[in-house]
Amino acid sequence: MLMPGLVIDREVLIEAPAEVVWRTITEPDQISQWFATRVELVVEPGAHGYMEFGDQGGPVVVETVDPPTRFSFRWNHPRGEEPVAGNSMLVEFTLTPEGDEQTRLRVVESGHELRAWPDAEKERYAEEHREGWVEFLDRLAVLVAKRWHR
Amino acid sequence: MTAGITVPADEELWSAIADPSRRRVLDLLVSHGAVSASWLAGRVPFTRQAVSKHLVVLERAGLISRRKQGREVLYQVEAERLDQAARAMAELAAQWDRRLGAIKRLAEAAHAENKMRNLDEP
Repeated sequence: MLMPGLVIDREVLIEAPAEVVWRTITEPDQISQWFATRVELVVEPGAHGYMEFGDQGGPVVVETVDPPTRFSFRWNHPRGEEPVAGNSMLVEFTLTPEGDEQTRLRVVESGHELRAWPDAEKERYAEEHREGWVEFLDRLAVLVAKRWHR
Repeated sequence: MTAGITVPADEELWSAIADPSRRRVLDLLVSHGAVSASWLAGRVPFTRQAVSKHLVVLERAGLISRRKQGREVLYQVEAERLDQAARAMAELAAQWDRRLGAIKRLAEAAHAENKMRNLDEP
């Protein structure tokens, strides 16, 4: 499943220290409570794991492990292939402490392949990315609806 | 949690929208209705040839369609397809919001439990 260009960017403020949030997003028995139904995962860069979602499932590969601030993995790549940029989705968690008791948790899921683009295009993309994918499509869809579906 | 690997597998659609130049073209079509390739070329910082290429990609993804008007070919947005893309994207975002909500509940419960334990063992 190749998904170039797709970017989802969401965040939440949690009333718990970053170390606690870190355990929630990286420990397999915790992951199985908010994400997959069954999780086999060693949290080490490059480690291959498996996540099951009911009757579906697929391999994941851990990319970045930097406790308690950054954790990322790749998934959704074609069966039998090594997930790399271009054939998979990258999920990146960033934890930012806010005071002693709060943590801002941000997740970015992306499948865009920017490497092949000229620099000017990359800059423009970064510029336009500020609007966000959801917002961009929503705005267009609303405009279209106004114009042609009165 | 169910709904795991349900990212819409619509490669053509996402790659069509991924390119900033095509997003610009799409934006122009949305705000101006049915227009020709030359009209578009006069309003973007890239060549007429590039505009044509982008139109092909957008059309293949089903986001726009063309019709003939006299000698001209006019391009217009396919509202339903765009709406479908917007909804798929919103669903993906909602999926992550649900996951983040679950993480928040789990982490906050674990934190509260840790605090209680610390109180029990001074």
